[in-house]
Amino acid sequence: MKNIDNIINKCKQYAFDLNFSRAKQWKESKEGRVLVGYMPIYFPREIIHAAGAMPVGIFGGGDDKQIIKGDAYYQSYICHIPRSIMEIALDKHMDHIDGFIFPSICDVIRNLSGIFKQQKIGKFVKYMDFPQNFLPEIGGVFYQQEMKHVLKYIKELNGVELTTEALNHSIDLYNKNRQMIEQIYDIRQEYPWRLSIEDVYSIIRAGTVIPVEEHNEILEQICEYIKQDVGTPQDKIKVIVSGAFCEQPALGLIRAVEEAGCYVIDDDYMLGSRMILGDIDSTSDNPLESIAISYIKQSQFSSSIYDVHNPKENRLAKIVKDRGADGVVFAAASFCDPSLLDAPIFQNAFDKMGIRYISFQYSENINQYKVIKEQVGTFSDSIKLWEDEPVVV
Amino acid sequence: MSKEAQKEKSMILQKEMVEGLFSDLANAKELGKKVCYTFIPGNLSELIRTFDMLPVYPEINALQSAMRKKSAAYIKEAEKNAHSEDVCTYVKCDVGMLMKGNIGPTGQKIPDPDVLLLSYTGCFTFLKWFETLKREYPDAKVIMVHTPYQENAEMTPEMTQYMVKQFKEEVIPQMEEVTGVKYDEAKLKEHLKLSAKAEDLMYEIFQTTKHKPSPIDAYFAGVYYIGPINIGFRGTQKAVDYYEELLKEIHIRIENGQGPITPEGEMKEEKYRLVVEGPPNWTSFREFWKIFYDMGAVIVASSYTKVGGVYDLGWRHDPERPLEALAEYCMNCYTNLNIPQRIDLLKKCITEYDADGYMTNSIKSCNSFSAGQLGMMREIEDDLEVPVGFIESDLVDPRYFSYSNIKNRLESYFQMLEQRKKMQEEIV
Amino acid sequence: MEKYYLGIDLGSTTSKAVIINQKDEIIGRGITNTRANYKVAADIARDEAIYDARFTLLTQKLQNEIDSKPEFKKYMADIRSVFQYRQFKRRMESLEVLLNKTVSNYTYDNKEEIAVGLNRILETIRPHIRNEFVNEDLGSKNQFFRDIVSERYNLELEKEEKALFEPLILAFDKSITPVENEMVQYNFKELVDESMKVLEVKYEGLVEEKNDGSKEDWYYAELNAVKNNYKNVEYTLKEHIDEIAVHDMHITNMVGTGYGRALLPFPEDCIKSEILCHAFGAHAIFPNTRTVLDIGGQDTKAIQVDSHGLVTSFHMNDRCAAGCGRYLGYIADEFGISLNELGPEAMKADKETTICSTCTVFAGAEVKELLHNGEKRPNILAGLHKAIIQRAMSLIARSGGVRNEFTFTGGVARNQAVIKYVKQMVTESYGDVTMNIHTDSIFMGALGGAMFARRNLEVDLPAKQKKMKKII
Repeated sequence: MKNIDNIINKCKQYAFDLNFSRAKQWKESKEGRVLVGYMPIYFPREIIHAAGAMPVGIFGGGDDKQIIKGDAYYQSYICHIPRSIMEIALDKHMDHIDGFIFPSICDVIRNLSGIFKQQKIGKFVKYMDFPQNFLPEIGGVFYQQEMKHVLKYIKELNGVELTTEALNHSIDLYNKNRQMIEQIYDIRQEYPWRLSIEDVYSIIRAGTVIPVEEHNEILEQICEYIKQDVGTPQDKIKVIVSGAFCEQPALGLIRAVEEAGCYVIDDDYMLGSRMILGDIDSTSDNPLESIAISYIKQSQFSSSIYDVHNPKENRLAKIVKDRGADGVVFAAASFCDPSLLDAPIFQNAFDKMGIRYISFQYSENINQYKVIKEQVGTFSDSIKLWEDEPVVV
Repeated sequence: MSKEAQKEKSMILQKEMVEGLFSDLANAKELGKKVCYTFIPGNLSELIRTFDMLPVYPEINALQSAMRKKSAAYIKEAEKNAHSEDVCTYVKCDVGMLMKGNIGPTGQKIPDPDVLLLSYTGCFTFLKWFETLKREYPDAKVIMVHTPYQENAEMTPEMTQYMVKQFKEEVIPQMEEVTGVKYDEAKLKEHLKLSAKAEDLMYEIFQTTKHKPSPIDAYFAGVYYIGPINIGFRGTQKAVDYYEELLKEIHIRIENGQGPITPEGEMKEEKYRLVVEGPPNWTSFREFWKIFYDMGAVIVASSYTKVGGVYDLGWRHDPERPLEALAEYCMNCYTNLNIPQRIDLLKKCITEYDADGYMTNSIKSCNSFSAGQLGMMREIEDDLEVPVGFIESDLVDPRYFSYSNIKNRLESYFQMLEQRKKMQEEIV
Repeated sequence: MEKYYLGIDLGSTTSKAVIINQKDEIIGRGITNTRANYKVAADIARDEAIYDARFTLLTQKLQNEIDSKPEFKKYMADIRSVFQYRQFKRRMESLEVLLNKTVSNYTYDNKEEIAVGLNRILETIRPHIRNEFVNEDLGSKNQFFRDIVSERYNLELEKEEKALFEPLILAFDKSITPVENEMVQYNFKELVDESMKVLEVKYEGLVEEKNDGSKEDWYYAELNAVKNNYKNVEYTLKEHIDEIAVHDMHITNMVGTGYGRALLPFPEDCIKSEILCHAFGAHAIFPNTRTVLDIGGQDTKAIQVDSHGLVTSFHMNDRCAAGCGRYLGYIADEFGISLNELGPEAMKADKETTICSTCTVFAGAEVKELLHNGEKRPNILAGLHKAIIQRAMSLIARSGGVRNEFTFTGGVARNQAVIKYVKQMVTESYGDVTMNIHTDSIFMGALGGAMFARRNLEVDLPAKQKKMKKII
């Protein structure tokens, strides 16, 4: 028990360390090591790993960082995360990070890559244009070209020649990483009281800033732990939290949802670490292609991915059904276009399908949850009390 | 009313074109034409024409609704249906209009789309917009055109090929399927020849503001001038005729030393020359414009007039490489340029057009334009030592246009320019 | 003939007027609360500035005596306070008349008791206020008529019967605004004469105070000097007063600025943006200033200024109360204290409670929750003050940051907690920057306006003077 607490506390430390000390440590322990920062939501970290570098997830400043300089770049009607990222950068917390990748999730992150370039932050800045075409020979090929650009940048810094073996090995490691994370979620689906969502979150987020080998060890221990019959079940409903999470809610808010009467049995807080459903083929002689194909064919849905051929509301509805959830909690970051523009699509569909939901907005720096807790609590109570009638709060 | 308020010939030509289009749209079924919704940035007019489709631009519908004071009601309707206060007001206006029967700004019903040509160019919201519309029009065919972002300030062969392949394998076959028309590359090339001509002419037109006094306003009047080239007529002889006529009229103004036409007649004294970044406000367009011309301010260059293509740096549609031309066209729209490119372009405008000041109109609901404008402004100010101003409003939501605040800031800005001008004159 | 120039700054909360002479020296200052009527506020501020100017001229005439004789110094300080009291008294009399009239028109059953209650309150506060002006220098505390009366009226009202509460509050509300908006005609000489008579009585009644070390030595020196020699002072004063009272304060040119400037009956080139006036005024007092931050009642401005005092860029927050003086007003209401008490209370904090709500509206709810959770009042207040300054710092960052020297102006610059956090955050983010925080900073906009009036920039510029005056 105590051991698990230590592990979880360590994860919390790593996860919210705005100095990225573990990454720094890794870099300094050997000559020529390179750190590559990546913004939300998803990036194929396998290729960074295989190129001898370490991926470092940058998820904003949370509720701890006072923003002064960052506000100089962003008007008040833009979400909070670019401010805190600028603040962290200008406060020199990321000086040891060599390059930065900006995945194509929205215009704010897209333009932030331009600000980084203009301010000459990092040795390289790459906006990663994930394909919205899903034919392997078109979108898939373009995606591989994008990945090759990143690899080129890394090679310029560390001179490491990427090999098929190395990439397949990295794919293996991250396959394992995802397997274990899914295991945790599968177990929690039945026995959510064995590990709180706050702890799950911290554990997964820690994995974005430490070497994957270390994280796999941690996950092994966690998986072992929750196979045991620990914890006491409480009378709570089961919910899925959905929010196109790029800007992260404060840990307190994540905790507050469970405190208010819900077990969060699935979520997309750390979607990037779970993006590919199932394993990527680690035996081919063109692993880059395998990664590309798996992105195209096996991705989880996201507000930033074109979905007309496979509507997201249906996919989320299926997750609700498969997990046996009682309802969905939609959380959108204030001013977040992807999340807010998807809200009517989800809500209209769920009204028709009779899936219960509530929604609220947050920003990464708020740590007062009274109103949200009340909302969630009411939702939970109403489902418990009127289980047979579809409820829309 | 002064003489200038009489319709110039170019205005009449434009009116005819637009009325013709709306009339065709109203009779699309009878005419047997398919209707294609698409966006201004990355508007593949020539391709749409090659397949004999009629284009509809939801952005134009939204801004027209705003100018006719209808947008507030539409936005309200959309917000009742779970749309957030903070998202793009073009989308909300469009969705609201749809919910109220899809009657367009001219009072005619806008036909349902056969094709939703999702030209994903320079703006993430476009993706959401047509995902939303697809749920409303389940029978429409959504055709995705993913335009890669010029993240490294260049259009690489890879990026171009990615788009060309999309055209070949996805876009064109799907258009053939919907329209029943076979792709005719020769026809496309003809259109592209005319496009290049119109682009040359339009480039000339926007060069005329280098004169002192500038004969036109490149922002408030500029948005009218970019109409034909952006709303479906690029690639037609009509557009070429329009721009030839317009250029003639402007040359006459230059010969007579005339300033730009405003809704209240010719602006007599050119006091300040500005470069403006950001879309205009549509709900109070006239009042907003008036603040500028009342103070003798003319806009000699604007970034918004380049959303449908940047022609300043020499790029034109090349008929010999038709699909590559379409790809490059899309990648070359203003909001698809990266921030450093935008800064360079604006700096170029300020220097080459001899501007006295730089002004940003930051639009609350448009992240593509707005996110980063503060950083851009600082760099331009530091590098060129030009006075910079910053005002905030919105596209089509009247709640975010505060006339007194904007007037106050603009007054302060112009007084600041005046002082500096006098100071410089003294030193010289 | 001496030429004077007037600048009027019509802000959303206060209206200020400044009179300068041809050497750009400030001769008179006036300030009043803006009320709902800009014209009245402008006139009152202007008149205040003119009285202040007269006193300045008087002081200048007697400068030798003031410098050499302590009784002169004390007398001049005292007469200023009493003068303000006499002004106050005029308006107070008007108010009493209107209050009595309102109450006599009441149709309540307990009308008699109400009248008696009113009388009791007035009888009590009249001498209190007099004492505060005459003996405790209330005049220098910058409270406006409305604030002075309402504070004390409400204090006494609470001691009355519950049944009298509503009718007496109603009477006050009905009467205060018309009285406040009255243009009272004061005669300078008359007021000075009255003041002198009041001082006679005061000094006669002064008891010889022993120097028991409880106050500074100069206090006793001045007190004793004035007691023994005030007649001399009176005599000298009378010699000059006639001349000063009728001295033509010729306002050669005036410039209006501030939010309400469009409503002033000035010609167009006499209306200047408050951004320019603030920058110019700040530069006049602090020639090396390069960044000016003004936190006004309803808007906040960050201005970058060059070596000539001309604006190079500016950034405004005029959409949102968070970060403006109005926010402090809400806080004061929320805590049930006056604006003046906010600063001192916040300074007692041992830490700043983190306030998350960026919005004024939600901060209220957050504060209630914090109080409920046992957070200490001073700590919450400190946190709220810090939050305002954080917003202001964001604005400054957007306008290009703080360049040396930094000048902080605006009504809130009188709040010590605000000053504390400004100093703290500017140093944290921008290092050791010279910070100019002037208690009279609230007048900088009007000063700038007056200076523009003198220059009338069509004609000449600060650095050079070459062109011929344009013939309009």
